[in-house]
Amino acid sequence: MFVLETKDLTYVYGAGTPFHKTAVNRVSVGIERGEFLGIIGHTGSGKSTFIQTLNGLLRPTSGTVLLNGKDIWAEPKKIRSVRFRVGMVFQYPEHQLFEETVLKDICFGPGNMGLSAAQAEERARRAAKFVGLDNELLGKSPFELSGGQKRRAAIAGVIAMDPDVLVLDEPTAGLDPQGRDMLLEQISAYHRARGSTVILVSHSMEDIARFADRVLVMNEGRAVMLDKTKNVFARGRELEAMGLRVPQITSILLTLREKGYPVRPVLTVDEAVEELRPLLRKGGAHHAQ
Amino acid sequence: MLSDITLGQYLPGRSLIHRMDPRVKLALTFAFIVFLFVASNFQGLALMVALMLVVLCLSGVPVSQYFKSLKAILFIVLFTAALNLFYGSGRRVWGWKFMQITDGGIGNAIFISVRIVCLILFSSVLTFTTSPTQLTDAMERIMKPLQVLHVKVHEIAMMMTIALRFVPTLLEETDRIMSAQKARGADMESGGLRQRVKSLIPVLIPLFVSSFRRAYDLAMAMECRCYHGGEGRTRMKQLHMTGLDAAAVAVAAVFCAGVVLCAALFPASLH
Repeated sequence: MFVLETKDLTYVYGAGTPFHKTAVNRVSVGIERGEFLGIIGHTGSGKSTFIQTLNGLLRPTSGTVLLNGKDIWAEPKKIRSVRFRVGMVFQYPEHQLFEETVLKDICFGPGNMGLSAAQAEERARRAAKFVGLDNELLGKSPFELSGGQKRRAAIAGVIAMDPDVLVLDEPTAGLDPQGRDMLLEQISAYHRARGSTVILVSHSMEDIARFADRVLVMNEGRAVMLDKTKNVFARGRELEAMGLRVPQITSILLTLREKGYPVRPVLTVDEAVEELRPLLRKGGAHHAQ
Repeated sequence: MLSDITLGQYLPGRSLIHRMDPRVKLALTFAFIVFLFVASNFQGLALMVALMLVVLCLSGVPVSQYFKSLKAILFIVLFTAALNLFYGSGRRVWGWKFMQITDGGIGNAIFISVRIVCLILFSSVLTFTTSPTQLTDAMERIMKPLQVLHVKVHEIAMMMTIALRFVPTLLEETDRIMSAQKARGADMESGGLRQRVKSLIPVLIPLFVSSFRRAYDLAMAMECRCYHGGEGRTRMKQLHMTGLDAAAVAVAAVFCAGVVLCAALFPASLH
């Protein structure tokens, strides 16, 4: 059984007004328990709207969202409990910090779940460790932290709720390359350690290629592809038609293959080295055919 | 949702009223409001109502919009009318214990209600047909003479423009922060008043912080473009008065003179 499943999910902004816009159009996808799913799509493809329906922040115009097989809108009064199980990290999550100390802010989510102060704090400390926040930072005001630290604190605030599914919308936007790699590594480590499902929305194809098991491609409100990462990126030309890229290294290999070289469009530089080595040994100049 | 709140009430259009110079519109609106109070009898008031109907028709704004703006003040109108009903002199029409309604009271109630409705409709025409930027522009120009008294007219106008500009931005930001806190299980829809006010803290603090951040950024950006106040600054959009404005002023003058004439010729209707 899928941990999250959507059936004919449709979301229309401003229904019945001249500004009417269908942001998500009959999307039916299943997200498997424990997988790392990447979502890519051009700006305005409906990714953000789609993920906001997954935890009930937006109520679908039609269609259903099933969490562990149950319609999340079956009991609208209990929608909050869905939000604890599908944790959502928005873009620039550091803008949501508000408490006096970092620790208190991370405790906000668990506290809302009705946990005791001690339990909440324990979870907060554990979450802080996952995102690599030092203990001495926890007593500081969140507004004293650096940009990257704020981002970590905000993400910890969601992880602390211990959700079954963790959704991250562009978590690395605006971070320096080093901070970006570190944050993604930590998210990946969290994914492995807890075995929870992670959904990552990103514009960086390299990041998706490195971490995602499967990729969902959205275009103009529709889910156009959902497949293993390497299968999706093998369809590079189709992606380009949608205004998306494939990882640079995959792009090179795809071009080589179009020119007739016997290479597979792999996703990382290391794999590419393995693909290209035999060609170099042959002297390189011979075409495959 | 919050995004349903539109900024101001400006409805773009090309009607005669839309094309008037905002300064003239502002001044005339002000004059009309003054003359609504100069009109002391039903004859004068009828003239103002006639003028208002003409302006309303010329504005090309759907009637439903005007009804919407009236709906907002319906309570005030009814309340004032009810109060006036009981405070009047003249022939007693109805009475119960210490309360009584006189024909004078009924007259007063109608008179005051019509006056308030006109007041709102006149100002609605202004806000419906003039964009907020045009309005602040007009205010800046009209208030310019106050510079002699060391009133910082340009600064005030700039502040108003910036404030108006950032209303939608802040609304969007509020929406985003609310979503983020809701995603962390913040409960903003239930609980008593105390609970609800408390639940606003996680939204207000981040909003406050981000407003300051935006303010610093904007100040920096303005300085980078050598903004140094209004002195010697030229405008991209020059305001021009045309024959249309002259005609409008002439029509307005005729009506206002009529109101003064009515006030002199006929007895006051308020008792």
